[in-house]
Amino acid sequence: MNRLRPGVIATLLSGLVAVFLLMPLIAVVPVSFTSRRYLSLPNGEWSWRHYAALFEDAEWGQSLLTSVQVGVLASFLAVALAAAFCIGIWMLRPRGAGLMTGFVLLPMMAPPVVSSLTLYFFLNKMARWNDIIAYDKLGGVVLAHMVMVVPYAVVVIMVSLSQLDRRMDLAAQSMGASVPTRVFGVIIPNIRFGLIGAFFLCFLLSWDEIGVTLFVTSVETITLPRRMWMGLRDNVDPSIAALSVLLICVVTLLVVIRAAMLMRKESLR
Amino acid sequence: MRAFLFLICPVLLFLGVSYLLPFLGIVQLSFTDPDPGLAQYSRVLTEDLPTGVIWRTLRLCVMVTAVSVSCAYVITLLWVRGSPLVRSITELCIMIPFWISVLSRAFGWLSMLSNRGLLNTWLQDMGLIDSAIQMTRNEFAVVVGMSHYLIPFAVFPLATAMRNVDERVLTAADGMGASRLRIFWQVFLPMTSSGILGATLLVFVFSIGFYVTPALLGGGQSVLVAELIYLWIFQIPQWGMAAAMSVVLMLGVGGILYVLMRRYGEMAK
Repeated sequence: MNRLRPGVIATLLSGLVAVFLLMPLIAVVPVSFTSRRYLSLPNGEWSWRHYAALFEDAEWGQSLLTSVQVGVLASFLAVALAAAFCIGIWMLRPRGAGLMTGFVLLPMMAPPVVSSLTLYFFLNKMARWNDIIAYDKLGGVVLAHMVMVVPYAVVVIMVSLSQLDRRMDLAAQSMGASVPTRVFGVIIPNIRFGLIGAFFLCFLLSWDEIGVTLFVTSVETITLPRRMWMGLRDNVDPSIAALSVLLICVVTLLVVIRAAMLMRKESLR
Repeated sequence: MRAFLFLICPVLLFLGVSYLLPFLGIVQLSFTDPDPGLAQYSRVLTEDLPTGVIWRTLRLCVMVTAVSVSCAYVITLLWVRGSPLVRSITELCIMIPFWISVLSRAFGWLSMLSNRGLLNTWLQDMGLIDSAIQMTRNEFAVVVGMSHYLIPFAVFPLATAMRNVDERVLTAADGMGASRLRIFWQVFLPMTSSGILGATLLVFVFSIGFYVTPALLGGGQSVLVAELIYLWIFQIPQWGMAAAMSVVLMLGVGGILYVLMRRYGEMAK
C-alpha cells in the first residue's frame, strides 16, 4: 500500500508550494518591526512603534468599530432574509424554486467588479432620496454587504435544511400548528447550528470585504479593509504590517485550534 | 400563500430592488451614455486601450490559472493521499492563507518583493546582486500575488476528484507491474481530469474579475479589466464605457459558468 503514497518528488514539490503559500505571511513580520516610516527591514534596531501607532491612532479604532457594526448588522439581516427564503422554499416547494434560488445566488457568481458597479449606481441614486441608506453612509455599506453575503447564507442554510427530517414538520402540521409555530417552534430550533454557521460566515466575508466597499465609500464610512487599502495605495505604511501580523496571528490561531479539535474528534472515534 | 409572501418574497424583493434593477440600469447606460446606440460597445471592443487591457487580462489570467492549478494539484495530492501527519500539515498550509484577508496577502507580497523587501535584502546580503531587482509594479508580481490567492480555491475541486479515485484501480495497476510514474500519468491523472477542469474554470472565472491584488502589486503599471472599470468610474469619468465593459465581462463570465455547469451536469449523469 505504501507504494501508492505520494513519493519523494511529489513531497518535494508540495514543500515548495507550501513555502510559497506561507512566504508572504512570514515576510510581514520583520517589516512590522522596522523603525522607519516606510516599508523596510529593521536595520539592527527593532521597534514597536507601528504597533503603538495602531492603538494610539483613533482612526484605526474608528474603522475597527465601523467594520464590526457593518459586519454584525449585514450578517444579521442577511441571515434573517436568507433563512426566511430557504424555509419558504423548503416548506412550500413552489414551482420555479430552482430559478428563484439561482436568482438569489446571482451576486455570488457575478464578477465582483460588476456587483460593485451595480451597488455604486444604486446607492448613488438612493442618496437623492435619503441620507441613511446611501453612498458613503453606514446604511449604504450595510446594504451593499448584505447583497454580497446573502447568497452564502442561503447556501449554508439550504444545506442544513436538507438534513432536516421533513416528517417532523408534517407531524406539527397535522396536529394543527400554524405556519409561524412550524417555523419558529419546529424548523428554526432544528437548524440553529446552520443559522449560527451562516452568521459567522457572513460576518467573516463582510469583515474582509474590500471590492464592493471601495466603490461605495469615500471619506465618511471607512471599514478596516478600506483603511488598509488607503494606507497601501498612497504610501506603503508599516502600520499595515503590524495590523497584518495581528490578523494573521488571530487567523492562524483559529485554524490551528479548529484542526486540533477535528483531530481529537477523529482520534476519539 | 401568505407564507409565500412573508417567507420567500422579502429576499427576492430586496435583491430585485437593490441588485437587478440597478444592473438593468447599467445595461441601459451602456447603450445611452454619452451617445445612444452601440458606440460604447464598439469602442470597448476596438479601441487600443480597452482591447489592450482585455488581452492583457486574458493572458495574465491564463498564466495565473496554469500556475495555480498545477501548484494546487501537487499540494492536494499530498493533502488527500499523504500519511495522516503529512495530511494535517498540508491542511494547515492550505487553510491558513485561505482565511487571511486579500489585503494582508497582497501586503505580504509587497514586503517580500519590493526593493527594500525581504528577497532583495537577502540577495544583496549574500552578494548575489549589486542593486535591488524591480519585482513589484509589474506582471510578475501580479501573477505571483493572484496565484497565491487562488491556489486554495483550486484545491477544493481537485480534492473532491482525488477522493473519488478508487484505490483498488491503483492497486490493480501496481499489481500488474506499472511503474509509479506510469500509474500517475496513465491512471491517476486521467481519473482526476474532471477536478482539473473544474479547478481551471473556477480559477479562471475568479481571476478575470480580480481587482485588489493586481491594483496593489501591479502598481498601476499593468491595468486589468476590473481596474479599468474603476478608473472609468472614479478617475476619468466615462460611465458608458465602464457600463459596456461590465456587460461584456458579465457575458464572458456567464458563458464560462454555463459551460462549467453543463459539463458538470453531464458528468453527474
